[in-house]
Formats: sequence, C-alpha cells, structure tokens
Amino acid sequence: MKILVAVKRVVDYNVKVRVKSDNTGVDIANVKMSMNPFDEIAMEEAVRLKEAGIATEVIAVSCGVTQCQETLRTAMAIGADRGILVETDVDLQPLAVAKILKNLVEKEQAQLVILGKQAIDDDSNQTGQMLAALLNVPQATFASKVQVSNGQALVTREVDGGSETLTLNIPAVITADLRLNEPRYATLPNIMKAKKKPLDIVKPEDLGIDVSPRLKTIRVEDPPKRKAGVILPDVKTLVEKLKNEAKVI
Amino acid sequence: MTSLVIAEHDNQSLKPATLNTVAAAIACGGDVHVLVAGHSAGAAATAASQIAGVSKVIHMDAPYLENGLAENLAQQILSIASNYSHILAPATASGKNVLPRVAAILDVAQVSDVMKVISADTFERPIYAGNAIATVQATDAIKVLTVRTTNFEAVASSGGSAVIEAQAAVADTAQSQFVSKDITQSARPELSAAKIIVSGGRALGSAEQYQAILEPLADKLGAALGASRAAVDSGYVPNDYQVGQTGKIVAPDLYIAVGISGAIQHIAGMKDSKVIVAINKDPEAPIFAVADYGLVADLFTAVPEMLAELS
Repeated sequence: MKILVAVKRVVDYNVKVRVKSDNTGVDIANVKMSMNPFDEIAMEEAVRLKEAGIATEVIAVSCGVTQCQETLRTAMAIGADRGILVETDVDLQPLAVAKILKNLVEKEQAQLVILGKQAIDDDSNQTGQMLAALLNVPQATFASKVQVSNGQALVTREVDGGSETLTLNIPAVITADLRLNEPRYATLPNIMKAKKKPLDIVKPEDLGIDVSPRLKTIRVEDPPKRKAGVILPDVKTLVEKLKNEAKVI
Repeated sequence: MTSLVIAEHDNQSLKPATLNTVAAAIACGGDVHVLVAGHSAGAAATAASQIAGVSKVIHMDAPYLENGLAENLAQQILSIASNYSHILAPATASGKNVLPRVAAILDVAQVSDVMKVISADTFERPIYAGNAIATVQATDAIKVLTVRTTNFEAVASSGGSAVIEAQAAVADTAQSQFVSKDITQSARPELSAAKIIVSGGRALGSAEQYQAILEPLADKLGAALGASRAAVDSGYVPNDYQVGQTGKIVAPDLYIAVGISGAIQHIAGMKDSKVIVAINKDPEAPIFAVADYGLVADLFTAVPEMLAELS
C-alpha cells in the first residue's frame, strides 16, 4: 500500500506574524518557515505505518514555491521515500491543492492519504475533506488514533465533547490532529540520506489544473486590541469588581 | 437569494450553535432554510421550525444519517444545494468535517470561520491563529461558509413558524461506518455554550490538584471547566477541555484563567470573552496583557480565598 502525505511550508509556529502596513497580507519576508506542525504528525503516522509493514512506500507532496523543496527534504528525513513538488508562485487555496493532490493520488495509485487537519497560516481546515470528496472516498478528520488492516482503517477522531470511532473503506483520506503521535526528530544521518532521495518537480499546468484563487483577499488587519486591564491587590477586590463593576457574577 | 443552514443536532434537540449560524445566514440577506438530516429526528426538525427568522425546514430522515457521517451528510446537502445562494454550518467539529466536501463537489471555495458578514459575498475571517483578520470576497456562485459561532448573537429558539418539508434522503454511500462514541459525561454546562468558564493551566501541577482547586469554584459559579493545551498534554484533563486555536473557541461573559501563562494559541481561543480574569504567580505572564482583571498571586491560596469570598 502506498501512502501519500501532503506537507505545507508555513511560517514557523513560534513566529509572531505582523500585518503589512499596506494591509495586503502578513509579512513573511525573512521569517523562519517550517513544515506545518499537523503535517509533521501526518508524516510521522505514515512512516510508522511503513515501519509496521503496512505501507510499502510513503510519498511526500508539497505545493507552492521552489523553497518547498526544503519542506520535502524534511519530510524525507522523517522517513518519506521520495518527494514531489508541484511548483507555482500562485497563492494556492485549499480547493486548488485538493485538485492537485487528487491528480497525484490517482497517478500514484496511493491507497491512503494523510494530511494535517489544518495549516497554521490560513487556518482553513478544508484540504483533506475536499480531496476525499473529489476522490469520492471516505474521510476521517481530526484523527487521534489510526489502525489499518484488511482493507479498512479504524480511526478514532476528536469531536466536540469527546471522541468517536469510525471504520473507513480504503482508499481513504485521514487528517491528523495533535494527539495522533509525537513526531520524531530527524537525525543527522537521516537528514544526509534525505538529500539523496528522489524529488520530482512538476507544474500545475503540466497536470492540467487551474489553480487560480477563488477567494479574493481584500484586506488584512490586526485583530482589535483589548483595552488594558488592571492588576488588583487582592482576591477581595477581585470579587467586588466582578460583582459591582463587571456585573458578571 | 436564499441561505441553507445545516442544523447541528443529536436527533432529539438542536445544538445551540445552530442558532448562531442562523444569525449569520440572516446577515447574508434573503430567506433562511434549515436542513435537519438525521434518524428519527422529527423532534429536532420541529425545534428548527420554531427558530426565529427561519422560513422553511427540510427534514431528511434515514438510519444511515443517525451519526452525521460526512460522506452521507454531504450527499444530502448536495441534493438540494443548487437551490441556494449560501450554505452555512457552524465551525464546530461536525460543520468543519462536512462542509468542505460539499464545496469541493460544487467546485466552489469555502470561507472558514466567518466572524463577520460584510456583504452577501464578503466576509471577515481569522488567519494565523487570530493574529490577523482577513477580509475575503468569494467569487463563486454559491458561497459555502462555516461560522465562528461566538461572533454571532444567537437568534431566538422560539417564535418562528417555518413549514417542515419532508424530503427523501439520498442513498447510503456505505463508504464509512460508525463504530462508537465516547462523550465525556458532565453535569456542568458545555464549554462552548457556558456563560462562565474556569480554566486551568500547567501551574495546577496534577490532575488531582486541578480537580481539588478548580472544581469547587466552577460548582460555585455554575461554570464550565476548561484548560490550556499544556494542562491537557500533561494529562490533567481530557482533550475536549482544551481552549485555544487547536481546541475550542469560546467567548463567555466571564473567563477565569488560573495558572495559565497565555500562549498565543490559547489567547486566540478565549480573547473574545467579555470579561477575562487572570490569576498567575508570574507578573510577566502574557495572559495579563488580555486580562481585564489581573491578580498576581499563588493560585493555591487565591482560588480557595475566592471561593470563601463568594460563599
């Protein structure tokens, strides 16, 4: 069984982003970029399935600018066998990425696709679900546990108020939540080995896919600031303020 | 112009998030219809028909719709999608799960986590964990939206008198099967609907201390209990207690953060609360930057003291 894992290059989760002064977006020039943390979890899960003898090959795919090659090398250092970069300078939105991935899943005959549940830049939380729909296969989003056997995946997923467990007929799409696993650190020998693994580059046009954006970004602004609060001297004052000033208890 | 709201329900009653989503649909303009797809969900459909501002309820009923499986629910929505200008669902685990499937088949973009409807095609949404707000215009014919419920005041759950139209459900896709559900049982209000939330962080030190310190205060205030990701990851409380960008987005009247430092991702999940109280030993903790009332104190003395003061 081949597994395809989608990995996105995003602003590192430790970076506090700044809105550009012309309000056209956030400033990502000269900030640290990393693999989307949820995608790292997705990659780890795929590699574990390979180590368990369930998967035969793990393919990492990234869509975007030429520097996404670094993200793919990281994926290969975690354990992906090879990488595919779908290279474009266009601002890719989830529907466009889902169409690209569908094309590659069919070409590669991947049986399982694992993605992060959302990217921490646009926070859309759409690509996995869209891909499952376009492939007409089942999905399990927000996965916290995955077991694969006999052409089925048993997946526990996080839902409001607790969790639920589903079985999916394979082929299927799974999106990873935080608690699915703890991704390993790539070791130096594995980072060196990853440099020699195959990395193919294609363009969306080669795949015949129109990736033009459907959502137009009109403005990007800072969120409204909360007005400064006060530090209170003691618990008595706090309770008094909550009762008589804020009137919330 | 007519909007379709996908009701969130447990086949018996509607989840409150449905009411906030109807409010967003009304803001888009035009009529509002509600889809109740479930199994033996007549009571939920009746409840939907009483929502203020709803003109029609479409009720689809089949055994395979009982658990809201994404594949089947998406098919039901798609069977009527072409009648609508807007399709909305709350940005809950269930809404986020199903709606992108609908958008993809319709070949339209989805706008996730709508915070504000500017016009019928222009919306505000958070990006980068709420550290920036984007105004986006959807250029496709059908707008597919998930709604950040805390940003829309719920419409009244009664006073409406919509017609209920029963429609035949589309066949079972049989692509996935529901196995089991493990929902945390609690007498306290649900986190996303609570008026007061008492939330604890890693400083509580253990599951036992989390319970011993925070539960009496929550009981006294009739509050829901929440937690930071650090507290969840340390195993003090189950996953579904987590408030934050990767957990629940909440906006209660009063949010009491106890021993929570205030990581960006936590603040993104609670900064829309009306009044925020922070109790933390560290005067430099970032949580104080968003708190209306701060108390620099040891939580192990301050919280019991607060409880005594309230009694």
